[in-house]
Amino acid sequence: MATAPDKAKLDADFSALYKAHLKDVYSYSYYRVGNHHDAEDLTEQTFLQAYRHFARAQKESQGRPLRPWLIRIAHNLAANYYRDRSRRPQTNIDDAGAISTPHTTEGLVQDRDDLARILRGVQQLPDDRREALIMRFALGMDNREIARALDRTDGATKVLIHRAIRQLEDIVHADANGTGAD
Amino acid sequence: MSAQFQDIETRLRAALAPIEPPTHLKQRVETTLDNLVELAADELEAWELAAIKDPRNWPRAAVGPAAAVVVGGGAAVGLVLLRTQRKRHKRRAASRGARDLLARTLRDAGREALKVFDDLTPDR
Repeated sequence: MATAPDKAKLDADFSALYKAHLKDVYSYSYYRVGNHHDAEDLTEQTFLQAYRHFARAQKESQGRPLRPWLIRIAHNLAANYYRDRSRRPQTNIDDAGAISTPHTTEGLVQDRDDLARILRGVQQLPDDRREALIMRFALGMDNREIARALDRTDGATKVLIHRAIRQLEDIVHADANGTGAD
Repeated sequence: MSAQFQDIETRLRAALAPIEPPTHLKQRVETTLDNLVELAADELEAWELAAIKDPRNWPRAAVGPAAAVVVGGGAAVGLVLLRTQRKRHKRRAASRGARDLLARTLRDAGREALKVFDDLTPDR
């Protein structure tokens, strides 16, 4: 059983982890579920779950960063979220404020459309590819971290990201030409 | 397409920009975690009290001290026997018959036991 000083240290470490990665977990949750309301629930549940298993995770991590473990929790919870509610991510992600580029000139409007097209494309990707891209581009995780979060090898992760980008290019290109991708 | 977003990775980075969590979420998560910590502390305290009150836990609580008494007692008896045994030649030479030897041996053992007891309780 943990003694009082052990417990205090554990709580302090968890507090540091929470402060360092709240934004990561929230960003990941938001891009996964597509709206702020559910992203907030998912973020809260992720940290609750993480707190329950933190002592063991810290012991087993052997000093490695815990961000992949945290994102893995969010990933599993998001999978349950879709299973329980039988729904897919919403595509109106930009309506919620992720893209706040002011459209005062034609160029900026075009940029905004371009980003919206990218987001629509991301939502059309298979789950594993979409998640890999969110981890890479929204959270700035490297291949090794993504591999740990998705429980894959580094090589498989590299291939996954490469294929995700190629597929996204095709989707976005088809969308821009009005031919549709699905 | 504008020149700003030529490269798909650059566009992805812009489209998937990290999102600052709302302030109310920070407060909400922190409150939930604080409650959880307090709840865990209360549960632990309640569990410890319940464990002390539960008679099924008494034998376990008593085994430790009892084992210490047995081991310590065994060691003390061994020490008394060893020290008594050391003086056996002197006693045999001084004794007048078997009965006298037995009486001297018992006296020596008693003395050694008192010495060991004194060593074990120096503050007495």
